[in-house]
Amino acid sequence: MTTRGVSTSTRSSRATRSPEVRRVDFGRRVVVVRRGWVAMRFEWRSVIVCTAVAVAVVVMSVLALTTGSYQISVSQVVSALTGGETGLVHDIVVEWRLPRIAAALVFGSALGVSGAIFQSMLRNPLADPGIIGFSQGSYTGALIVILVVNGSYLQLVGGAVLGGMATAVLVYVLAYRRGVQGFRLIIVGIGVSAMLGSLNTWLMLKASLEQAMAAAAWGAGSLNGVSWDQVAIGGTVIGALLLPAGILSGPMRQMELGDDAAASLGVRVAATRLALVVVGVALTATVTAASGPIAFISLVAPQIARRLARTAGITLVPAAFVGALLCLTADYIAQHIAPTPLPVGIVTVVLGGGYLGWLLFTEARRRL
Amino acid sequence: MTLQTADLGVPGAFTAPGTRRSIGLFVALAALVALLMLSLIIGSKMMPPAVVWDALFHPSGDFDHFAIRDFRLPRTIVGLVVGMALGVSGALIQALTRNPLAGPGILGVNAGASFAVTVAIGLLGVRDVRGYMWFAFAGALVVTIMVLLLGSTRRGQSPVVMVLAGVCVGAVLGGAGSALQLINPDAFDQMRSWGAGSILGRPLDVVWPILPFFAGALVLAFAVSGPLNAMALGDELAVAQGVSLVRTRILAIIALTLLAGGATAIAGPIGFVGLMVPHVARWIVGPDQRWIFAYSMLLAPSLLLASDILGRIVMHPSEIPVGIVTAFVGAPVLILLVRRRKVSGL
Repeated sequence: MTTRGVSTSTRSSRATRSPEVRRVDFGRRVVVVRRGWVAMRFEWRSVIVCTAVAVAVVVMSVLALTTGSYQISVSQVVSALTGGETGLVHDIVVEWRLPRIAAALVFGSALGVSGAIFQSMLRNPLADPGIIGFSQGSYTGALIVILVVNGSYLQLVGGAVLGGMATAVLVYVLAYRRGVQGFRLIIVGIGVSAMLGSLNTWLMLKASLEQAMAAAAWGAGSLNGVSWDQVAIGGTVIGALLLPAGILSGPMRQMELGDDAAASLGVRVAATRLALVVVGVALTATVTAASGPIAFISLVAPQIARRLARTAGITLVPAAFVGALLCLTADYIAQHIAPTPLPVGIVTVVLGGGYLGWLLFTEARRRL
Repeated sequence: MTLQTADLGVPGAFTAPGTRRSIGLFVALAALVALLMLSLIIGSKMMPPAVVWDALFHPSGDFDHFAIRDFRLPRTIVGLVVGMALGVSGALIQALTRNPLAGPGILGVNAGASFAVTVAIGLLGVRDVRGYMWFAFAGALVVTIMVLLLGSTRRGQSPVVMVLAGVCVGAVLGGAGSALQLINPDAFDQMRSWGAGSILGRPLDVVWPILPFFAGALVLAFAVSGPLNAMALGDELAVAQGVSLVRTRILAIIALTLLAGGATAIAGPIGFVGLMVPHVARWIVGPDQRWIFAYSMLLAPSLLLASDILGRIVMHPSEIPVGIVTAFVGAPVLILLVRRRKVSGL
């Protein structure tokens, strides 16, 4: 992280000193923001895409706030949000629907960023925390906290993070054989997550019916009954993690060139990779602790973002925006498609799995 | 025997004479029979062998006899039948795809069958096994063809991409299946015990209608084992030997969907048995598919019954569904295989 701070400041000071560096041709239009020692460069197309996605998020949010088994008009929603409504409308909008939307946005963006980190690091569009088994490991950790310790929400988050980390280490070690090859890592992850899945089922069988039902409802990945407390804690943790993720995004892009090239550009490769793994797993684990494993958003969001923004590699900010929109949309579908509200995880599995199939299909065609 | 193989300088399995393979087959058969007996003896209440014998051949109204005849015997027979089907279907799918990571569970064939059964039971209200077994066969067939297409490029088939395709098809169908079950609580109740992959509580009425299909599929499997042996040398060599590639593939796919679909219709999705057993068989007998099929037929039910017995002992007096035990035992095998893929390559 210090590496990044140093390199940022040198680059910005150099840029202010010599005007010819400022006119570097990036091959596309860029926006440069400088405030003191912080300098950021955005691609113009990414900014437009993010704005468009943000508009779509607002539209979806209004839709989600107004529709449901109790219809509320837009003007009522606005007055409820500004404190003009009391009673049932206020409760529905502010206490029920709004936290759910906030949760979908926060968790969706966390999943998008986490997926982007792993896909960039392993240079493989199929590297997804869900497929590699980290989500399953977080679930195991959280289950142990629920069933054995009967702990609080914060302990649950801790258990999920620990479980996810332990799984990450296990998968990495098992896949290591003169270096880690992407596909081997993924298959080992599938195996480990199958084992953890059976361990989870076993844990559920040992539990009392009440505990098991709570754990099962949570296991499908659902935003049902999300409270402001959970959104606040989860949002704080995720916000705290997004900051280092943003700082790491520069070295991360450089590491896509290969470890040697990145090292020659001044990136401390090993330390950066460790930090990226920790941040990525912690993001997934926090979401898993709050809502259960929501599959495939981390897989799909970075890829859609990359195609929309037409960036050369995986970028974090568009992935976060697309992840938030996807999670919100999937949750809306899950609530409204069937007479009974479904867990959002089921919708994302079906949509994301279909997308993965299409991805494999086109990848197979391209490799000819 | 060992001298001879050493002289030839090739791995022993290739030159193992028929007698050694036959002796091995008898050992496997003896192990299977022993496990069948143990499956009747071990449970929440241990039954002495004499009681088991009496219950089988001189039944009285005794409660122990009732427990053995109505609970442990069906369970053991289901384990035997389902195990055979899963083992041979795994051997078929590995021979067909020449993919050491293939298996009916990991390629999503079982998930396809179970999704089709969920649709049949949950949406269409088909309650009889004679009805929903057709859905299981169709589901298994569709997924098999889909995964074979997704996993193949013009250059040939890529084992890992095929596995990913299978896992993703399995995930989608699993998600859609659980959505159906959540929408329809009545179906959820019916499917709950079935979904975990268990051989417990299946009445034998569920098994009988599927048995003729299994028998036909086994005959088919052994009929295509020769052509599959030739295809292991490469498609061109197989054609040169007079093998019809299309016919062999079609027959093999029919056999494996009947076996995997039928097994899923009976016991729900049980993973990893079809992946592990053919590898063990190949380590013992070498690359000859005829022997691999024969060994898989005996080893797979042994594994399934052993896992089931283990599931009864570990949490005595309660039990773990056999699908969970096989996943816990089988996943390390998958990891091992992907780490040393060349060794057991097809």
